[in-house]
Amino acid sequence: MEKKVEVLIVGAGPAGLSAAIEVARGGARVLVVDENGVAGGQLFKQIHRFFGSRDHSAGVRGFEIGTRLLRECENAGVEIMLNSVVWGLFPDMTAGVVFFNKHNVAVRAERIILSCGASENTLNFPGWTLPGVMGAGAAQTMMNIHRVLPGKEAIMVGSGNVGLIVGYQLIQAGCQVKAVLEILPEVGGYKVHANKLARLGVEILTSWTVVEARGREKVEEVVISRVDSKLQPMAGSKRTISADLVCMAVGLSPLAELAWMAGCRFGYFPLLGGFVPLHGANLETTLPGIYVAGDISGIEEASTAMEEGKLAAVSVLESLKRISPAEAAGRRKVISQSLVSLRRGPYGDFRQKEKERIFREFEKVKEGSGGYH
Amino acid sequence: MRNRNCGNPIVCRCEEVREKAIVEAIRNGAHDVDAVRRVLRAGMGLCQGKTCGPLIARLIARETGKSMPVLLPARARPPVRPVKIRVLSEK
Repeated sequence: MEKKVEVLIVGAGPAGLSAAIEVARGGARVLVVDENGVAGGQLFKQIHRFFGSRDHSAGVRGFEIGTRLLRECENAGVEIMLNSVVWGLFPDMTAGVVFFNKHNVAVRAERIILSCGASENTLNFPGWTLPGVMGAGAAQTMMNIHRVLPGKEAIMVGSGNVGLIVGYQLIQAGCQVKAVLEILPEVGGYKVHANKLARLGVEILTSWTVVEARGREKVEEVVISRVDSKLQPMAGSKRTISADLVCMAVGLSPLAELAWMAGCRFGYFPLLGGFVPLHGANLETTLPGIYVAGDISGIEEASTAMEEGKLAAVSVLESLKRISPAEAAGRRKVISQSLVSLRRGPYGDFRQKEKERIFREFEKVKEGSGGYH
Repeated sequence: MRNRNCGNPIVCRCEEVREKAIVEAIRNGAHDVDAVRRVLRAGMGLCQGKTCGPLIARLIARETGKSMPVLLPARARPPVRPVKIRVLSEK
């Protein structure tokens, strides 16, 4: 079976939905495909208030933003196909999509926006396959979406914002957080999140990591160790803690297989999650007609993902001649300024620099060679 | 209480490939993620290497001294998600 669409968006998270709303409002026919049963990506499990300025929904909780995006999609006439999997993307702008686990369709699109998000990184210490060891994001989904407490006594591995926020939410849900481990000498996430845990008496152990999980049928105890300056476990520093849950919050990687398969060129940007499809400031990849937005274009936050979605949409509308170059330039300027303001401060400056490095690498590839593929 | 195979943890849980087998493959010349996949099927299961890919890359880096940017992820091939052959073959 074949289907033609003007704009195909892969992933109905904050980036994909924001892009879809703008594209539909601009008059283009848009189809959003998502493998999950609910649209919104990670927003519906984010019960904490967002930071930033009022323009970026500061003070609003993630699930409220998700609800608002879905309402706007409905008003704009966006078609969202859930429980539908994109299993391949080919250089002729055709995506292989299985709708509802039943119908395999070759979807031919004039423009494609990849907003597939990211997957959680993991650590493979002995015992990591025992029930009770999981990604922090998985634990958050169990608690906040399915209302299932993933454990009673938890060790959180990683003190970035995901580790700190999920650690706090575990406590809110009735779980005891025995310790937050950070392999580096400094806490990774926002001070305000770390302080919330500290006020509740949770130990945040810097220069510590997990070395083993033990148990018969599931996790019963966890061995942790201090690490040296090379981040290797130090002899004689091990401690055994009783726990039934180990959450790993050790970073995210862009979900970029479709971009690899299509033939996009990549760069390596460890501060943004690793291999990232190179893209210009308008978010077009090295393959004309294919755009990226959100975590796939470098791991950041939902607020930047939404702005990037809008930015990709403006570029798509301009290339389809739905808006004039002048209008596109004007709208791009507003969104870019907004992105710059989101990438400011001690947790933002490095992201701004890395994004600029991506744009420069992209220009180099456009001019000649380079980039991984 | 202790783990069996404590010194030899699973790396690819979909295909149940353990660390020692991967290290041995690397020492026998499998110097990129694709090569390890071809030798051991690591990364060929349901998740298509999303979990173990970076872990295998790290092992290769440790064993060979190659740095991460040189170690590309395994070649992405369709289908990147588990799809029933019956569904793909229907007209």
